[in-house]
Amino acid sequence: MTTQTLPAETPTTTGVVELSTVSRWYGNVVAVNDISMSLHPGVTGLLGPNGAGKTTVLHMMAGFLSPSKGTVTIDGKPTWRNPEIYRDLGLVTEREAVHGFLTARQFVTACAKMQKLPDPAAAAQRALELVEMTGAAERRIETFSKGMRQRTRVAAALVHEPRVLLLDEPFNGMDPRQRMHMMELLHRLGDNGHTILFSSHILEEVEQVAGLVQVIVAGRLAASGDYRKIRRLMTNRPHVFAVRSSDDRRLAVALIAEKSVAGIEIEANGLTVRASDYGSFTRVLPRIALDQGIRLRQVVPSDESLESVFSYLLEG
Amino acid sequence: MSTVAFITARGLFGRRRALLLLPLPVLLIGLAAICRAYGVSPDMWGQAVIVGLGLVVVLPVVALIVGTGVLGSEVDDGTIVHILTKPLPRYEIILAKYGVAALVTAVVAAVPLFITGVLAGSVKLGAALVVASVIGAFAYSALFLLFSLLSRRPVLVGLVYILVWEGLLGNFVSGTKNLAVGQYVITIADKIAPTAILESTIGLTTAIVMSALFIVLGTLAAVNRLSSFSVAGETS
Repeated sequence: MTTQTLPAETPTTTGVVELSTVSRWYGNVVAVNDISMSLHPGVTGLLGPNGAGKTTVLHMMAGFLSPSKGTVTIDGKPTWRNPEIYRDLGLVTEREAVHGFLTARQFVTACAKMQKLPDPAAAAQRALELVEMTGAAERRIETFSKGMRQRTRVAAALVHEPRVLLLDEPFNGMDPRQRMHMMELLHRLGDNGHTILFSSHILEEVEQVAGLVQVIVAGRLAASGDYRKIRRLMTNRPHVFAVRSSDDRRLAVALIAEKSVAGIEIEANGLTVRASDYGSFTRVLPRIALDQGIRLRQVVPSDESLESVFSYLLEG
Repeated sequence: MSTVAFITARGLFGRRRALLLLPLPVLLIGLAAICRAYGVSPDMWGQAVIVGLGLVVVLPVVALIVGTGVLGSEVDDGTIVHILTKPLPRYEIILAKYGVAALVTAVVAAVPLFITGVLAGSVKLGAALVVASVIGAFAYSALFLLFSLLSRRPVLVGLVYILVWEGLLGNFVSGTKNLAVGQYVITIADKIAPTAILESTIGLTTAIVMSALFIVLGTLAAVNRLSSFSVAGETS
């Protein structure tokens, strides 16, 4: 398996968060396999299909799992068995458990107190303002919607203004407005020099927030660097379409002459077309069908799942 | 009061399981009051109510409900993460939770035991039961707090300890008596206020030293365990 590491547009100096040849296994199951990465100030997306090992990586960064091999450090200090790192680290887990019997303000203030901040009330107010939760701050958390809970948890993780913020699937279950709001917040924090890492299995989410991505597939780092370059790599791969029409054979003959078509298989229930270029093929197909007087009944991209995009990256 | 202790106490009394703490003490006082009202001699009911119900059931079960409630439920629902992601030395977290667990257990168990002791004999017997049950509350709480960190089913493990180790094996295998908190409690109460109701089976020194060992070793093990707390079972 080859890893495609693209030249990242980041300084080559040591990152704020460093993973060095890190592996983690549970019994015989390898969850994370020999990953090295550096995180720098700004927003980085941790992208990968479900089950790829994103949460395991985040948990190791947050000091909630010991690496089976390798080292995980924040500012050069190991994260495992070292509570001191939490002065500089905020974590928003995917699991949305909160002490629901507290109000948002009580909860965030309690976090500020446990951080031993000089003025916990003011810090809590600042954090609640940042996530726009001051209006509902006096309500018990158990009465909140999912998005409000999420924002309260982000406020709690930011109350001590940590340099590093880790978020596990922060957009899950949010409505579009909340999603946009969270994206703006992450942008702003990244611009202010915080080192932000958030995990996601949705390409578009990462595209909108992060310039840099770390792509994890099956426990390995599949790609790392500038988002646009990885995106290009993903879109330039051959695409497979399932096509059904009023005359499959004639359509196949017409299509094979096209430059954007790499191969065609004629099957009992239609054609399987391998296109080398997604854009040109989808433009040329309707035109050919029209010219030939063939009616298209179905055009389905058959490998559009994220998993197939990721596995292509791995094959490269 | 530390913030961890505040959240712990709020969490303990905010959950419905806190109501579980009520029936046993009420039953204990109720039984003693009925026997007393009908003029039954304490020799007839004292041992059954004070030892059989109070020390063998009420004290350990209350300690189990509280001891696993202060940490086990937070581990279970994941809220523990909010406390662990703070730059607090792990002993501070354990001591805050342990303090809440032991004090709540002591109050919930010692008050009804005191009343029952007075009804069955004298204020001296009541006071002896208070001292013994407070020591027992601290020893049991250390043990059950540790169980919350060692097992995902701390209540089950605690019940096995109470029913099988202390209840069953204690009657057949005499050696287990030296490793049973219940025996320390009975011994300490008996040595303070000797009556026919309480029968100690081990020496007072053993009872005190072993109680201290349970408290110290249990707490140290819990601190160590919490320092290596892993968010387990998630591979996504």
